Amino acid sequence: MAKHHIAAVVNGDPVEFLCEPGDTLLDVLRDALGLTGTKEGCSTGDCGACSVTVDGRLVCACLMLGVEAAGTSIGTIEGMANGEELHPLQRKFLEHAALQCGICTPGFLVAAKSLLERSPDPTETEVRYWLAGNLCRCTGYDKIVRAVLDAAAEMRGA
Amino acid sequence: MRYEAPNTLDQAVALLAAELGEARVLAGGTDLLVQMRTDVIDPVLLVDIKGIAETRQIREEAGGFRIGAAVTGAELKEYPRLGSVWPGVVEAANLIGSTQIQGRATMGGNLCNGSPAADSVPALIAAGARASIVGPQGRRDVAVEDVMLAPRKLSLAKGEIVASFLLPAKPPRTGDAYLRFIPRTEMDIAVVGCGICLTLDARGACTAARVSLGAVAERPLLVAEAARVLTGNEALPVLLQKLDAAARAACRPIDDKRGTKDYRIKVAGVLARRAAQIAYQRARES
Ligand SMILES: Cc1cc2nc3c(=O)[nH]c(=O)nc-3n(C[C@H](O)[C@H](O)[C@H](O)COP(=O)(O)OP(=O)(O)OC[C@H]3O[C@@H](n4cnc5c(N)ncnc54)[C@H](O)[C@@H]3O)c2cc1C
Ligand code: FES
Ligand code: FES
Repeated sequence: MAKHHIAAVVNGDPVEFLCEPGDTLLDVLRDALGLTGTKEGCSTGDCGACSVTVDGRLVCACLMLGVEAAGTSIGTIEGMANGEELHPLQRKFLEHAALQCGICTPGFLVAAKSLLERSPDPTETEVRYWLAGNLCRCTGYDKIVRAVLDAAAEMRGA
Repeated sequence: MRYEAPNTLDQAVALLAAELGEARVLAGGTDLLVQMRTDVIDPVLLVDIKGIAETRQIREEAGGFRIGAAVTGAELKEYPRLGSVWPGVVEAANLIGSTQIQGRATMGGNLCNGSPAADSVPALIAAGARASIVGPQGRRDVAVEDVMLAPRKLSLAKGEIVASFLLPAKPPRTGDAYLRFIPRTEMDIAVVGCGICLTLDARGACTAARVSLGAVAERPLLVAEAARVLTGNEALPVLLQKLDAAARAACRPIDDKRGTKDYRIKVAGVLARRAAQIAYQRARES
């Protein structure tokens, strides 16, 4: 079967890749584009480790095909820091020790960034519901939620 | 496996109809990709319908709303007015999965995946929604309760696609609601789901109702008897007790890891009462 030739934008840069019809966007990001910050936990939509944005919408990269990415603009964890300068969410995750093994962290950061773009001043409940599709086996979530709320406050200039 | 992304329904139908092997419509892929990944299905053709305008639009029609079958849960929630006119439908669609799933999951996929526990389906049934189905023989309109037959079995012929849903004009003093019970607060499949839509007269008595139950039978049910008791003359607490009994009587559930038969039957009655109370409140305020 002929591979599909796909053009998209990833973290602001135009990219092109070849993929099989059955390859997921997660396979493409990690294997074809070498963007291994997006993690594979379950491959069935349950854990959120593969969270990315597609045209501004938060999705699981494991539940989308690479071919479906044609013409879209994708945001991954690699696009979050500005060069050496960490995003406030990244800094707050470090400050609050909101990670242990770290495999869930890129997904949480991408998901939290997407929340704060829509809702700059979320309640704790809002944060917990928005992040309900991101699983963490290490932290117990509390520090993650605190880090997100603290980053939101800083980003609002509070 | 081949992947096709046609721009018209006719092309999509022709592709599906011509494929001799297993062909599947691809909407949000949140069921399909999981089933492919876990080897439940192994299609030779995927026809992505998201490039087809009708499947992706919401517009006002005949006083109600025409909703494309491939509109996502997140888009439904953002569409102005829809959530205030048919809050039960929007809330039900928004119960599907996490934020990430909401970004992709569609009501067309929820219905056509053929799960008796699909959350948006009882809400669509209660609201009196109709599915507009396009296939090799042309277009037909079918009540949503007549689309699913049994787990993974639909009344769609080969090559047929659900293109859109029509939510009817909502009569005055009408309210809808959907409630589901899951063992935790997010990210689980319904033990029972209940959608109710009811219409009140000027004095506040119920004149028409539709009650639908999910996850208590081989497919989502429209429970005529439960609707009938709601239009009786008794006081509200009596009506709700009768509704509870009628909902329980309609259940023919299975035992599984999420709940036993007895438990599902009991919860169906409780949810029916609670959903009816929300629908009453919304009907009074509408
Ligand atoms: C983590 C997770 C959590 C979930 N939680 C819930 C939940 O709480 N409640 C719930 O109800 N579901 C849940 N689901 C299941 C799933 O997300 C929903 O059923 C969703 O609505 C499916 O829509 P989709 O567009 O992704 O369908 P797809 O996966 O694209 O399609 C599903 C099936 O329907 C067929 N199909 C799709 N669209 C059409 C059409 N227009 N015409 C004809 N056939 C069509 C496809 O061929 C396929 O067989 C969950 C799934 C995941 C992965
Ligand atoms: S890897 Fe995609 S949700 Fe787990
Ligand atoms: S830090 Fe280990 S899973 Fe979250």
